[in-house]
Amino acid sequence: MSDLIKVEHLKQYFPAGGFGAKKKYVKAVDDVSFTIQKGETFGLVGESGCGKTTTGRTILRLYEPTSGRITYEDQVIFDSGDVPYTDRQGVPEKDANGNIRYGKKTAVNMLPYRRKMQIVFQDPYASLDPRMTVGDIVGEAIDIHKLASSKKERYERIIELLKCVGLNSEHANRYPHEFSGGQRQRVGIARALAVDPQFIVCDEPISALDVSIQAQVVNMFEDLQASMGLTYLFIAHDLSVVKHISSRIGVMYLGKLVELAESNELCFHSVHPYTRSLISAIPIADPVVARKNKRILLEGDVPSPLNPPSGCRFRTRCPYATEQCAAEEPAFREVSKGHFAACHNLDKVQ
Amino acid sequence: MSEYLVNIENERLSFFTPAGEVKALNGVSIHVGEGEVLGIVGESGSGKSVTAYSLMGLTAYPGRLIGGDLYFNGHHINEMTEKQMRKMRGNEVSIIFQDPMTSLNPVYTIGNQIREVILLHTDKTKKEAQERAIELLTLVGINEPKKRLKQYPHELSGGMRQRVMIAIALACEPKLLIADEPTTALDVTIQAQILELMMELKDKLGMAIIMITHDLGIVASTCERIAVMYAGNIVEYGTTDDIFYNPRHEYTKGLIRSIPRMDATEHTRLVPIEGTPVDMLNPPKGCKFASRCEKCMKICLTEMPPVTQFDEIHYTQCWLNQKAEMEEASPQSSGKEQAGSPAEPEQDPQIAEGGAANE
Repeated sequence: MSDLIKVEHLKQYFPAGGFGAKKKYVKAVDDVSFTIQKGETFGLVGESGCGKTTTGRTILRLYEPTSGRITYEDQVIFDSGDVPYTDRQGVPEKDANGNIRYGKKTAVNMLPYRRKMQIVFQDPYASLDPRMTVGDIVGEAIDIHKLASSKKERYERIIELLKCVGLNSEHANRYPHEFSGGQRQRVGIARALAVDPQFIVCDEPISALDVSIQAQVVNMFEDLQASMGLTYLFIAHDLSVVKHISSRIGVMYLGKLVELAESNELCFHSVHPYTRSLISAIPIADPVVARKNKRILLEGDVPSPLNPPSGCRFRTRCPYATEQCAAEEPAFREVSKGHFAACHNLDKVQ
Repeated sequence: MSEYLVNIENERLSFFTPAGEVKALNGVSIHVGEGEVLGIVGESGSGKSVTAYSLMGLTAYPGRLIGGDLYFNGHHINEMTEKQMRKMRGNEVSIIFQDPMTSLNPVYTIGNQIREVILLHTDKTKKEAQERAIELLTLVGINEPKKRLKQYPHELSGGMRQRVMIAIALACEPKLLIADEPTTALDVTIQAQILELMMELKDKLGMAIIMITHDLGIVASTCERIAVMYAGNIVEYGTTDDIFYNPRHEYTKGLIRSIPRMDATEHTRLVPIEGTPVDMLNPPKGCKFASRCEKCMKICLTEMPPVTQFDEIHYTQCWLNQKAEMEEASPQSSGKEQAGSPAEPEQDPQIAEGGAANE
């Protein structure tokens, strides 16, 4: 499988007060690299404020990245010009003269790419314009990209999309407030599908829905992927759902990727202490297992991203933290094939 | 009167909205013994919060209790005045709300809000109240309690705020703690901390807890008994093991099937409950779950199912169970029943018919 999206050393800083040299930044995403292969679902999990949503939005350039390089199907769509080309192990490539090769500074016009990359937002109550009918919400993208040559064709396309997500034609003339949460999320998905995209960022698409509806929407995502060959970046805080739908999962903590592996590998053989505590904190819906399950309780709260700890960002809550963790930032390295983790004490983690 | 701490008998509660009467609770019965943890699960709008709030006399305006009896700790809630109610709230029964961001008053310090409860319900002096507040914050695992008492809610993180809420709720050592989705707004690692804390305090103080949640994982690890609610009815009630290992109602079964398992090694497709939750303004006749039930029969569409008791605790409200139970009760006549017994008018051929009618 080939890479559809390649993200290299992506950084997204938000200004947070102060002037000149004292200007402060929230490092929402700080040096994150990963690739998403064609046709796969890449899951991104982490607690609130860890930067998973920002990562998703920055890839689509809904936020302009501070630094890094984003490649879509071998086309560089953003390059800040200070990111060296690296090989798989993270070693910078050099040209004939022995100088490190950097990318050319680029920022392409995103309009043609919006047809290929779409997003489904978390809150179906806030992401649909209350004054537009569902038909117009779905049709707006068709208008912008001029995908229909006549009104009739536009209408037919809208109906086809609504059917595709399990709604029917009469829903096109209704307004969002007439729908339940699950149905609204379907409208949001139909809107994303309107331009026939290849890649969809699903930003917590099911966390606002009722339990009995969640499974319906998850199944629909899977069906759409199978029938249309979609690639997903699936962002959620619920690891059990992410595990279910994803082929690979990345775990984020305070703007950094701490572990990345194939989904079963990550859930059963995680090596990073944060991933382990995250997994053990999930309540299991099975009383016998739940009673036996010993939770690894983390102390305290997530530190402020405005002022993250030095070295490893997890060290303030990590049971294995040493002096080295405070002094040095752990490298994100491959521990076994396709399994990456950033930790100094991997051998000590039980 | 009974030996139960909480005894709700056949509670009926409606909201009289401009659009019509919304029957939020249609005959709900709940019993909680001292020191017991009861979980109420269900989706939004199923009436789980309304049940618990009515126990504290906190039914919001257009809502009115229209039937049933509520007893708590020897009080008959139906007949209590607002003044008596105020004495009870925060003293004998306390509540933790879902969103710790909005349930604390932003213009008062943490200390002020904890002391208020203590001064209101006990004859402690201000100084004693201050000491008690420090003690409480230590109890819920907040470090530097003296400093925290002077801080405002916005200075604390979500997990800390929820700890403060718990401290306020526990100030007078209530007999019952109602936890209304106590961890929904929190992250998983913080959720684990808070649940652990609640269970620890339960053992220490011996209070009963009513845990309202939509997360089956939370009830599995914390509760002894579970009530599954759907559209204002308890459709199944039983011990935690009954509900998870021997669910009898189709809705409970569906819920358990529809959640992804963390310990599954192979990818299996989720089995969702089809359809959408009922419109409470125009509820269907008969069983409220019928329109989403795979095994819907004709009778389900016309009549509300009675309670089928499996053992002392475990019961459901479902015609399927009622039917199975009846057949079991009269094994000799089972041959005859196929021909059609007068006691049970709905027979197999009609099941298929009922399924078609459901479409």
